[in-house]
Amino acid sequence: MSSRTGEDGSVTQPPRAEQPLLQVEGLRTHFSTEHGVVKAVDGVDFTIERGGILGMVGESGSGKSVTGLSILRLLDPRNSTIAGDRVLFDGEDLLTKSDKEMRAIRGRRISMVFQNAMTALDPFFRVGDQLVEIIQLHQRLGRREARAKALEALELVRIPEAGRRLSSYPHQLSGGQRQRVMIALALACGPDLLIADEPTTALDATVQKQIIDLLLDVNRELGTAILMVTHDFGVVARMCRTVAVMYAGRIVEAGDVRTVLERPEHPYTLGLMRAVPRVRSGVRRKSDRLYQIMGAPPVRAADAEGCAFAPRCPEAAPHCSTEEPPRVEFGNGHAVLCHERVASEEAGRVSA
Amino acid sequence: MSSDTITATGTAGPPVLATTWQRRSQFKLAMRALRRDRVAVGALVVLVLVTLAAVLAPWISPYDPLAGDPQLRLLPPFSEGHLLGLDGQGRDILSRLIWGGRYSLSVAVVPVLCAGLVSLVIGMVGGYLGGRWGDSVMRLLDIVFAFPIVLFAIALAAVLGAGLVNTMVAVGVTLVPYMSRVVYTATVQESAKEYVEAARAAGAGHLEILRKQLLPNVLSPLVVYGTTLAGLVIVLAAGLSFLGVGITPPAPDWGVMTSDGRQVLLEGYAHVATVPGLVILVVALAFNLLGDGIRDALDPHKQTA
Amino acid sequence: MIGFVLRRLAWTVLILLGVSVLVFLLMQLVPGDPVRTMLGMSATAEHVEEVRHELGLDRSLPVQYLSYLSGVLHGELGQSLILSQPVSAILFPKLLNTVILSVGSLLICLLVGIPLGVIAGARQYSLFDRGSMFLSLAGASVPVYWAALVVISIFALQLGWFPTSGMYDTRDPGGFGDVLYHLVLPATAAALVPTAVIARMARGSMVEALHGDHVRMLRASGVPERLVIWRHALRGVMPPVVNIVGLQIGYLLGGIIFVEVVFNWPGLGGQLYTSITAGDMPMIQSGVLFIALVFVLVNLITDIAVALLDPRTRKAA
Repeated sequence: MSSRTGEDGSVTQPPRAEQPLLQVEGLRTHFSTEHGVVKAVDGVDFTIERGGILGMVGESGSGKSVTGLSILRLLDPRNSTIAGDRVLFDGEDLLTKSDKEMRAIRGRRISMVFQNAMTALDPFFRVGDQLVEIIQLHQRLGRREARAKALEALELVRIPEAGRRLSSYPHQLSGGQRQRVMIALALACGPDLLIADEPTTALDATVQKQIIDLLLDVNRELGTAILMVTHDFGVVARMCRTVAVMYAGRIVEAGDVRTVLERPEHPYTLGLMRAVPRVRSGVRRKSDRLYQIMGAPPVRAADAEGCAFAPRCPEAAPHCSTEEPPRVEFGNGHAVLCHERVASEEAGRVSA
Repeated sequence: MSSDTITATGTAGPPVLATTWQRRSQFKLAMRALRRDRVAVGALVVLVLVTLAAVLAPWISPYDPLAGDPQLRLLPPFSEGHLLGLDGQGRDILSRLIWGGRYSLSVAVVPVLCAGLVSLVIGMVGGYLGGRWGDSVMRLLDIVFAFPIVLFAIALAAVLGAGLVNTMVAVGVTLVPYMSRVVYTATVQESAKEYVEAARAAGAGHLEILRKQLLPNVLSPLVVYGTTLAGLVIVLAAGLSFLGVGITPPAPDWGVMTSDGRQVLLEGYAHVATVPGLVILVVALAFNLLGDGIRDALDPHKQTA
Repeated sequence: MIGFVLRRLAWTVLILLGVSVLVFLLMQLVPGDPVRTMLGMSATAEHVEEVRHELGLDRSLPVQYLSYLSGVLHGELGQSLILSQPVSAILFPKLLNTVILSVGSLLICLLVGIPLGVIAGARQYSLFDRGSMFLSLAGASVPVYWAALVVISIFALQLGWFPTSGMYDTRDPGGFGDVLYHLVLPATAAALVPTAVIARMARGSMVEALHGDHVRMLRASGVPERLVIWRHALRGVMPPVVNIVGLQIGYLLGGIIFVEVVFNWPGLGGQLYTSITAGDMPMIQSGVLFIALVFVLVNLITDIAVALLDPRTRKAA
């Protein structure tokens, strides 16, 4: 993956050239529930370069959102534990930071936007006051300067009549506008990384496209790196250079977006791709029935063994459900976790 | 993962109706959740014991609840032969409490049951008709909500006069608007759901929809509400007796006993009033805890199993 | 907002009319002949008929209601059967005493119930949360008359800190300190149940508010927990809490009837009890009407306050 750190946006610290912005190694997030420990994230590794965009795809319950929340350590410590080797952000391990240090990072260096724009803004405070609060929290600015910055943030996300919107309450805005305000809140302090957790899912198609374009512009103009969490391969194709496919708490396939989309290797990714209706591929044949992966994604108990996808996998062999799947590399960063790919490679790989 | 889970991928097929089978299994699930709720089980045990004591009063009551021994009047609790002491007329407080359950429990539970039945009719018909008719029924009930519930019950009881039946009527009538509102809201909510629409499309008659589709789903919020309400009503009904518009002395109703004790409390004998009051408190608390337990057990979000 | 207030006011007038109808009809339920009761068994049938005509009781119900309503609107509530005084002359001074007791009690509810619930909700599952919620669960089930007796027994009889009763009797009437001295115990007893309920509800609202999406967004933006709770979540629970307080005032007013009886507090509730015991129907009728009136007004104020507290309803005309 080629990093795009050519122009330095509002990044506050001088970029250290070789070091990736975010390097997650062996992240594990476990929830304790009434029925035992659930491994929501079970050993995840990935890297985001400065100014890069990584797409993280998976069904609901695959652990992709929890991964985002774990990086910012936003999960309730009373029922969850985040373990892992390291979560290096700009060379510093976030897992060893104190709560106070984490608060200084949240919203300032790493921001997050969420799916439910309709409810993610405080209904009792004006848009401007919410922006000013975050800005003053992280920067020593007077009320007037903070307000000017708030206006700037609204203009950045291209809200019409930004000046007037400062004194609006969230309920006076449309869904798309609220999503923009949320992005403005996230970007107000010029973070290096934006974790976007399904930011377009609740919006209708045209607004969805606008928001994606906005995020792309932000990435290009400010150099803000983005972790794009989504279930939608279309979004990934439009936004990302690299993609990670999650299943049951693990990244089962990762690589260059082009490669993964055109030549998916993991049976799960294959299934996902075939389950997406292809409108653009021209005339649909009658045999073009939408593919369906049988079953539902599992909840991984702590003592589960083998490949989590095995029960639903059309290619599963007996040892799949008992042995941990190995990591198989195809070069150029493209890798999968799968038993069968080892086998098929040894047998002279059969192309999918 | 069991094999019977299905993906949400939309395959065309008949609309899924809430079948009796599903309902029964839902009921089973709720019962299982309830049985695991230790607090609720404890509350239930308390209520069963108190009820049993009242039913078995003639056999287990150590003394005559009405006959007193003036020589020993106001004997304190934990005295020999009189565990809870004697009241101002020398009557055994424990015996009066055991017998009193017959009045205090029935004067609370019977009105809740009767009002529940009446409310089912009013609330379901109102909610099912909906529109202007249903709305006007509820608007009429709004007038009753303008009265504090205790005041309304006192006023009715005062007008009807004291006595067991009159008290039950007063309490029951007071409860009808409150319970009807619960049924009405549940009915309106359920009527809007797809399965009712589906049943209607399948040609089910009004009565059939009301009975088969709506009733089971309306019943559970009513049961939860009624159980919690019973806690309030125990306190309320005894309160009517306390004010002299409920059960009349010398019947050993718990409210009457508290009222009796009030006279001697100022002389320094607190137990005559506080012991019956404590029993009212415990029974009311048990109803409230049981109501909470049933609510949680019926809530599919809290129920993980 | 003005539109909302006007609609709410119009609705209140309708409710009040309904209340007057109901109170009027309630009196029709009295078994037996009120005139016969008034005159005694020895009165001749003609005399009874005569008095009935005088009182207008031989007219149709709607006509009787209208004359009752016009009387109420003119402040004429009839004569007390027992005290042979106008009902209004007896009840108005008592209304003030009941308001004093209610306000004192309400203050306790607000100052104890809301902080208790809010803190418990903010520290969900903590020891404080579990402890205070157990107490308020028990507190919500307490019979108010029992609470009044227990409070008297402990703080008046055993500790001797406060009087058992006798506001206006023991010392100079009207002295503020004296009123307060007599107020503490009854206000506490009456406040117990509503305080417990308010605490429970406030906790629930707080827990819910803290699970909101906007709270997650605030946390993700680095807002310290202190501000998340005390600025944002607290602001969010104000409308539901005010709403609950409004409803609880109903229970408060109901409970105050008992408290006034136990403490011999010279208010509407105590008077209601005396009138019930004496079978003084015009007094009962008006006492009930007065208390309902207070509650209807409280509901009106609550609804407007809730609407004002929420920007979503405040701006909507």
